[in-house]
Parts: sequence; C-alpha cells; structure tokens
Amino acid sequence: MNRSSARPLLITTALLLATFVVSMGVGSVRIPLHQTLEVLWNALRGIPAGSEQAYRAGVILLTLRLPRGLLMAMTGAALAGSGCAYQGLFRNPLADPYLIGAASGAGLGAVLSLTTRWPTGGFSYLAVPLSAFAGALLAVMLTYQLAKTGGTLPVTNLILAGVAVSSFATALSSFLMINASGELRRALVWLLGGSTMAGWKPVLGLLPYAAAGMAALSAMAFRLNVLQFGDEQAQQLGVNVRRSRGIIILAATLSTAAAVAFTGIIGFVGLIIPHIARRLWGGDMRRLMPLSLVCGAIFLLGADILARVVMAPQELPVGIITALCGAPFFLFILRQSKQGMW
Amino acid sequence: MLLQTDIQQAGYNASPVISGIRFALPPGRILAMIGPNGSGKTTLIRALSGVLPVVEGSVHINGTDLLRAGESERARLLAVVPQSTHIPPAFSVEEVVMLGRTPYLNWLGKSGQIDEEAADEAMRLTDVARFRGRICGSLSAGERQRVILARALAQDTPMLLMDEPTSHLDLRYQIEFLELAVGLAERQGKTVLVALHDLNLAARFGDDVMAMKDGKLAAYGSAEEILTPDTIRAIYGLPVDVFPSPNGQQVVIIPS
Repeated sequence: MNRSSARPLLITTALLLATFVVSMGVGSVRIPLHQTLEVLWNALRGIPAGSEQAYRAGVILLTLRLPRGLLMAMTGAALAGSGCAYQGLFRNPLADPYLIGAASGAGLGAVLSLTTRWPTGGFSYLAVPLSAFAGALLAVMLTYQLAKTGGTLPVTNLILAGVAVSSFATALSSFLMINASGELRRALVWLLGGSTMAGWKPVLGLLPYAAAGMAALSAMAFRLNVLQFGDEQAQQLGVNVRRSRGIIILAATLSTAAAVAFTGIIGFVGLIIPHIARRLWGGDMRRLMPLSLVCGAIFLLGADILARVVMAPQELPVGIITALCGAPFFLFILRQSKQGMW
Repeated sequence: MLLQTDIQQAGYNASPVISGIRFALPPGRILAMIGPNGSGKTTLIRALSGVLPVVEGSVHINGTDLLRAGESERARLLAVVPQSTHIPPAFSVEEVVMLGRTPYLNWLGKSGQIDEEAADEAMRLTDVARFRGRICGSLSAGERQRVILARALAQDTPMLLMDEPTSHLDLRYQIEFLELAVGLAERQGKTVLVALHDLNLAARFGDDVMAMKDGKLAAYGSAEEILTPDTIRAIYGLPVDVFPSPNGQQVVIIPS
C-alpha cells in the first residue's frame, strides 16, 4: 500500500474548495468572487457588513447559499461514500445506495410523511427525515432477510432482493403520490432532489448522521479491502465477516438515509464517483474512501451549480442533472463490466 | 503432532457432507488429498479453515482448537490457497500480498516494518516481486496463483492448505507452482495439506496420501501404500495401471 494518497487528496480538496467558492457566487443574483470571499471572511471574524450592497450579499450568502453549498457537499460525500462501500462489499461495479433498496425505502418513508402531513406542529420538520430513516432501515432489513439463505448472504441474492424491494417501495411511493393529488408537486420535487427545505435547518439536521456514517465507513476501509476478496477468503485472512459486513451496511445505510432525508433522491452520485475514483487511484479502500467522499462533494456541488444556471432564474432539481450525467455512465460501466474490465 | 483433526461430521446445514474424519499430521509433512468429485475434499478444507457453517468435532493446530478460536488467531495458524482465487482487479500485487498480514494488524490496518518485511520476503520467494506494482487484473492465471501463494506465505502460519491450486493452470505452471509451493513449505518447515485432482501430481508431491470417498476418509498412508491399482479402483471405480516412472523415484498412474 505504498501508493501515496496524500497528493490526490490534497488536489481534490483544493478543487472542492474552489468549487464551493464558485457555487457561492452563482444564482439569480450574481455575487462577484471578491465580494463572496470578503463576506465569508468578515462573517468568520464576526464583523458586520459595511455597506447596503454588502449587507444584501451577506444575507444571500449566509442564509441561503452557504447552507445550501454545505448541504450539497455533505450529501454528495455521503452518497459517494456509501456507494463506494456498497460496491466494495458486494463486489459489484453497479452497486450503489439504490441497489439494496436503501434510497427507495427512504423515499417511501419520506413520501408517506409528505402526503399524510403527519405529525403536525413543532415536530413536522423532523417528520420527513425520521420516516425516511425508518423506511431505509426497513428496506435494507427486508432486503437482507430476503437474500439470506442459512447463515450466508450470497451477493446475487442480495442484488435481486434489493431490486425487488426497491421496485416495491417505488410503486408504493407512486401510489401514495397519485392518491394525494394536492401534495403531488411537493413530493415530486422532493423526490427529484429539489430540497423543500432551505436555510441551516437541514444542514444541522444532516450533519450528525452523515458525519457518524462517513466516519464509520472510513474506519472500516481496511476491512472493506479484505472483504472484496469474498467472504471465504476474508474469513481465512482473519476477518470476522459477519460483524464487519453488518457495521459497513449500517454505516452506509445511515449515510444514504440521511442524504435522502434532507435532499431527496439524488441518483447516480454513489455509482459514478467511486467508479471514477477507483479508475484513477486504484482499489485500496483506505485511499479510495476519503477520495470518494471529497469527489462526491465536488460532483454534487458542480451539479447544483448547473441546476441553478441552465434555466436561470428558474432552478432545476439537482437530481435531474445527476441522472442526465449518470445514466449514460451507467451504461458505460455495464459495457465495461461485461467485458471483464472491472 | 502439528495438526490433529477429529471431525465427527460437518456440512453446510443439518445434513452432513463429510463425517468421521480423523487424522494427525506431524510438522513439515506434505499430505496430498485425492478423491473423486464431490467426495468432500473442498468441504474438508473449508471445515479445517473455519468457514463451514456446521462442524462437529475439533481441529487442533499446536494445541489450539481452530473451531473455537477467533478469526485472527485461526488466520495466524492456518493459511489457505483456494481453488478459484478471486482477486479484485484494481488491487496491485503488493497490496494483495500485504493483506496476508491482516491477522497481525489492527482494525485500521496499520502495518509496521515487520509486516512490510514479511510481505517483501513472500514476494521475493514466489518471484512476484518484479511485478509488485502491477494491477492484478493484468496478470496471467499462473502469476495470479503465485500472488495468492505469496499472500498465504506472508500470513506466516505453521500450516498451509491448498485446494486444487493448479486446476486452472497448464502443465508447466502446475509443476512449477507445486514445486515452488512444496519446496518453500519444506524449507520453512510448514505442514501442507493439498487437495489434488491429478494422481500423478499427488504421487510426485505427497509424502503421504489421503483418499476421500463419499464424505469419508477412505484410505490414508504413504504414497506407495495408497496409490495402488486396488485402492484407486475402490475409490474412483476405475481400473488403472500403476507403473514405476522412468527415473524410478515415483509412480505413474494411467487408466487401463
């Protein structure tokens, strides 16, 4: 494991910061770079804005764009990290948070909460994330139970069960949305990855879950390396396969559910990013996991910039952009894996 | 005795695949395991290496019961070269060999100088050091098998199990690989259990030969005792002729 990971990590982190700063300036009101930096720098030092114009820019940046940028970066990282873990764990280049039903389950939970508008009152803003969590965990547990034969968990079973659970959850979501016509738009926008929540609330809501999930995934990177050789070889190399796999699945599902709960279903990030990162920097998860996290953040920030500029002043749901990039990429990987290139 | 096996029965679920397997191996011995398809060779190797769901009995290496030991402890006593070796193609050769050190590393997989040296030595002995930086997806089957052997050597165990390690290799690589593996094991004082399809390879490389049939231990003894027309016929149901090889050091077995 001599290939150094310091340099690519440094370069990608610099790229992430640059993308972040660019995303601050883009939107219906264009804020020049120097002003963006000035506002952020002053806010960090707690200095109030000097002019009317700086004050306006400050409001836009600090209450809208900064939290949105952070939300997108965290979501991208969480999705790419869990995709990286699923791909390694299931030894399948097409594995991503959608594969084992996590995202669709989270979607169903969220749609259920959006269409029934329950509970109302002080806890209503927590209803969507909490039911998304419940849905994701339920879906993953269901997939796991369906796929399990005896004491083992064959990969093919897992993938097939994931597809079945996923389709079922999506069908139920559609049914709920059609039945609750008044709420259709809100649920649809959410499902396409256009967050219905703005400001700092979702950022602070997402942070603890995503941080816990991503930290656990990073800590499990070495075990993931060994698990990629298959259960039997991993066990013969001294890994407690069942425990390691359980922790990884929980951590990846937590990251996915958190991301889905606060930003809706944003597809293909967990598929594309780990794949590209593996091509560029090899298969060692201790290098791949942190790089996937950073690149996932870059990718989603970039997609969000596009979502804000292509039809400006109207914004597109960012999930449309990622799907437009992701679907052709999906086919590309499919071709490659058929040719045994993975 | 280094290895003491007493398996009453073992299998994938309640119905046993193998039963009544009792044998012991002194240190430094090469035991070749033969038997027809489905006779339980792979199942026995799985049972010994602790990956079979149901095993009743005990397997001791140097006094430690493998079936009740933790994964790391077991992996420090016993390394396995499996039949078909899946290597994720994006891993480099040295990354794979380094994974042999897993039972000695902590959760984060932080390796020290001892681990680096063990991996280097294993790569040197198996002659994979010269392509250590290459990606495993670009290796030939024979090279890949040597990488897995290097990984098993890096595990630094007193016992080595090999499950038909040469079944995907051509004739030259079969001989080269087994000579390398058995030679290294002998030099390092390792005890080896190797399942082989080819009876001539078993005759050539086994100090002892063990024959499996229908999940049971059908015969056990020196190569000369086991590789006779009568025993082979009893095990495979096929009449064979056994000749001394032209160099006189072993036997050659061909179907009659």
